[in-house]
Amino acid sequence: MTDELPKTDLAADAHPAAGQPLLRIEGVAKTFGTFRAVDGVSLDIKAGEFFALLGPSGCGKTTLLRMLAGFEAPDEGRILLDGKDIAQALPHERPINMMFQNYALFPHLSVRDNIAFGLKRAGLARTEIATRVAEMVALVKLEGLEKRKPDQLSGGQRQRVALARALARRPKLLLLDEPLAALDKKLRENTQGELMELQRRLGMTFIIVTHDQEEAMTMADRIGVMKSGKLAQVAPPRELYEAPRSRWIAEFVGDINLFDGESKLRDGHRLVIGTRDAGTLVVAEPREPVGAGRFAVAIRPEKIKLSRRGPVSEAGHETTLNRLDGVIADICYLGGSTTYKVKLETGGMVQASVANSARLDVDAYSLNQHVVAWFTPDDCVVLPS
Amino acid sequence: MRKLSRLSRFNIASLALGLAFLYLPILILVIYSFNASRLVTVWGGWSLRWYHEFFGDRAMIEAAWMSFRVAVSSASIATLLGTLAAVALSRGEGFRGRTLFSGMLYAPLVMPEVITGLSLLLLFVALNAERGFWTVTIAHTTLTMCFVAVVVQSRLGSLDRSLEEAAMDLGCNPVRAFVAVTLPLIAPAIVAGWMLAFTLSLDDLVIASFTTGPGSATLPIRIYSEVRLGVKPEINAICTLVIGLIAGVIVIASLASKLSSSQAESAAPL
Repeated sequence: MTDELPKTDLAADAHPAAGQPLLRIEGVAKTFGTFRAVDGVSLDIKAGEFFALLGPSGCGKTTLLRMLAGFEAPDEGRILLDGKDIAQALPHERPINMMFQNYALFPHLSVRDNIAFGLKRAGLARTEIATRVAEMVALVKLEGLEKRKPDQLSGGQRQRVALARALARRPKLLLLDEPLAALDKKLRENTQGELMELQRRLGMTFIIVTHDQEEAMTMADRIGVMKSGKLAQVAPPRELYEAPRSRWIAEFVGDINLFDGESKLRDGHRLVIGTRDAGTLVVAEPREPVGAGRFAVAIRPEKIKLSRRGPVSEAGHETTLNRLDGVIADICYLGGSTTYKVKLETGGMVQASVANSARLDVDAYSLNQHVVAWFTPDDCVVLPS
Repeated sequence: MRKLSRLSRFNIASLALGLAFLYLPILILVIYSFNASRLVTVWGGWSLRWYHEFFGDRAMIEAAWMSFRVAVSSASIATLLGTLAAVALSRGEGFRGRTLFSGMLYAPLVMPEVITGLSLLLLFVALNAERGFWTVTIAHTTLTMCFVAVVVQSRLGSLDRSLEEAAMDLGCNPVRAFVAVTLPLIAPAIVAGWMLAFTLSLDDLVIASFTTGPGSATLPIRIYSEVRLGVKPEINAICTLVIGLIAGVIVIASLASKLSSSQAESAAPL
């Protein structure tokens, strides 16, 4: 049988012309029956980038990944890799490799043969394959286990074999479908670090699909949040967290306090919004100016400070602090921080996360204690309601 | 051995009873095949007389040879067709009427053999086909194909679909992915299916008697017609040989599977 994959694809030429994205997804859509799994997604990914597709289950992120790998053909749109449309190419014709969620290791082959599988198909010389396998085994630290079968390995080792197998062909683009979902928490954290280190060292482009926002935040350079087949926002982790574009994203990524209200007046670069649950709030005007109408004011729990008597330090020069009075309704101790739920006098509930910076509980609050929750206008994000 | 000694007396007794229930009749048959006496039920000392008789009995040898050829060819055809059907049914998740097709494939499993035999006979008569080796082979293929399909499909069902996708991702075209990954993984089921088909064909009497023609009797037909005229000890000898053949096939098959798995364990070189 002839091999369709040209040898040159295995050369590590993962650097296309400067400025041009490695991967360009243009208006890609996929429909299953009447269900529009992916609905007009456009996205550019640069060479060497670590990109995460984040979203709840059923949002289309896996379908999008499978279209990149070639297991599904898009109904609409183009997928350009180095400027070449690969949307209709079969999986084995693409210089892209994928690491499967359940690893999909070949149970009848040893670790070595699993890693060598793709290299043999590429028609490499025997000695070259042996060298490449040894290199991969060392890369993922599996020395001494080459002869084992997948069922003689631990979950973490299997994950490494899957990674080595996908990397062995030196793809231009590596797709990772929930690569860490099957590992326990401690191992997952270590592996996250190793994956990032590996990606940086190899200078390879990674696209990871995950439903775990912490994982996406930790590892990715940029995150694309998907909802109902559409990209809701594409941004670096910090921007995604601090400047979510919609109410849904704000709620999906991390915890957040949301207060619905109406804008009352504009005061310089401040906006005054009357909310139902938290009274009148002064917020910084968003970068994209907003008209009058209904808004939601969003504040992350860790931005809210609590004190017994009210804002102390910055009170002198900061004139427009938001100050909410209430009593502690619930305490959730998490070790590094404590989350307090404060029942406001205005009727609403606000969540504040306080770092436990002292070992002794000198600054802890107790249930039903009266507190003042306060935050600056810049801590707030105004979202269309 | 040490494991056996750990069994309680009750376990040993129940095991012995179970095995006796299964194998005592066969054991008696084997012993009586070495009987020197002309009467089946009277022991007249050890002898290989009936084996000589069998090998001198041209009609019986021909029937045995016919049965063997039918069993091998029908099992092989049934394995090919059954495997293809199983692959098609487990792959085509989208196509309409899949449930209907699987149901139809399995119907012969529960169909009384008399009906299968009769319908095939009617078909062959209608087609004006000369009845003999090929009609029996075709009939046995229809009977055993669904068994193969069931065995292979259950194995395919337990197989992760992403394995084949991984193979494609690593440079295999769809056909090659099937050959390189799926086929080795379902091979035990295919072998088991073939052996099942072989033994089913070898011992089938009903369908064979419907579909065979004059001068091409299979071994069961031959034995059955002999027995109707009175049981000769020669029959015992034939049955012993058949038992030996089947036991041999099973031993070889299990040795082969053990060998292939231990070979794979010692890590085939690149």
